[in-house]
Amino acid sequence: MVPVPESMAGLLAAQPLFAGLPGGAAELVAGCGRNVAFDPDRLLLAEGDDATTLYLIRRGLVAVEVHGPDRGGLVVDTVGPGQVVGWSWLVPPYRWTFDARAVEPVGAIAIDGACLRGKADDDPAFGYALLQRISTLLLDRLQSTRLQLLDLYGDDGRR
Amino acid sequence: MTVVADTGPAPVPRHPLTPAVFRVVGRRVETGDVVTLSLEAADGRPFGFRHGQFNMLTAFGVGEVAISMSSAPGGPGPLEHSIRDVGPVSRALCALGVGDHLGVRGPFGTGWDLDAPAVVAGADVVVVAGGVGLAPLRGAVRHLAARQRRGGGRLFVLVGARSPDQVLFADELERWRLEGIHVGVSVDVGDPSWKGTVGVVTALLPGAGFDPATAVALLCGPEIMMRFTAQALVDRGVDADSIRISLERNMQCGVGLCGHCQLGPLLLCRDGPVVTYGGVAAELLRERQR
Repeated sequence: MVPVPESMAGLLAAQPLFAGLPGGAAELVAGCGRNVAFDPDRLLLAEGDDATTLYLIRRGLVAVEVHGPDRGGLVVDTVGPGQVVGWSWLVPPYRWTFDARAVEPVGAIAIDGACLRGKADDDPAFGYALLQRISTLLLDRLQSTRLQLLDLYGDDGRR
Repeated sequence: MTVVADTGPAPVPRHPLTPAVFRVVGRRVETGDVVTLSLEAADGRPFGFRHGQFNMLTAFGVGEVAISMSSAPGGPGPLEHSIRDVGPVSRALCALGVGDHLGVRGPFGTGWDLDAPAVVAGADVVVVAGGVGLAPLRGAVRHLAARQRRGGGRLFVLVGARSPDQVLFADELERWRLEGIHVGVSVDVGDPSWKGTVGVVTALLPGAGFDPATAVALLCGPEIMMRFTAQALVDRGVDADSIRISLERNMQCGVGLCGHCQLGPLLLCRDGPVVTYGGVAAELLRERQR
């Protein structure tokens, strides 16, 4: 028996960003999404390019990189299954500020940013619920970044 | 020298305030600033301890410092301490070579309590270590890895490090992984060769797959890391009373007399270093230090 492909709404409903959102949010957004795959070392997005897409990672690991002189690509974060890559589609000037590169084979749902913004504008209740979810994720990311900046494992010089 | 297990014959106690002379019988550089010393008592007497306890190590003519054992009680192999070079005493200890001598007082403090009913009954055990914090947990991980091999309960080892070259016991982590133990490593800053997770160690929790309702967690690392990790575990449903953390202050006498290591109502050399997060520790971790 040939397995029936899961619908985009079903795939979205399984992602933490949309799971449990009221009002059929996954169905509402399904038309904005498509399945994508990236081989290792391929860029999902590149610093300076137009930010058009939200990626929901279904499998694999994605490295968020920043480039510096004489340092090459410096990995500052990794994102795995159930997590989100790419926020810059949300607010002007809609431009990526980091690279995101597949570390291993990556499967993701790519959601068109303009389409998603349009759904949120048309349905403010959905838009507010979505922004609450995104704010929570951004706060988690901000907190993690702050902890990294503390260099917790560095030399405390006490002994 | 033979290291005896908790259940073995009790060694003749040494005086807790008098260092016994031990000889370095092995030295291994673990990372750029961490060295593991293998030790034997100069008088040949056995040395018993519990997982998670610490010794006061003396670098003669320099000073004394509290270092947890990084080997398992009962062996195999000699007593081991993994020491990070962060100051004059630890630097002098790291510089010791095979055949050199040092002073050892101990063992002191509480342990990881691996004989607790939940652990013996087969609960998932989640070990979260940051930086050199993996050293005091290595013996416990070896014990719990053997428990998993016997079908006695699952083990999850989650490790945070500054960078890929600072991952402690990398070879042993890989061996545990090959044995089927869930091993996750996250670094604060990756390099082009690093294909693993980058970020704080709590990023490894969602993918670990342990049962939070029954899990026991053992945490050791920088205090801020333990505070956030303990809270993340509680947020995922782990009972705060099932989380054990290893705290350190200015350990001096080792027997609760001098008070240098006081933290609230605790004298950590005696009441710690391992304490239950759900008790007084959660509040103490939130206290601002002056």
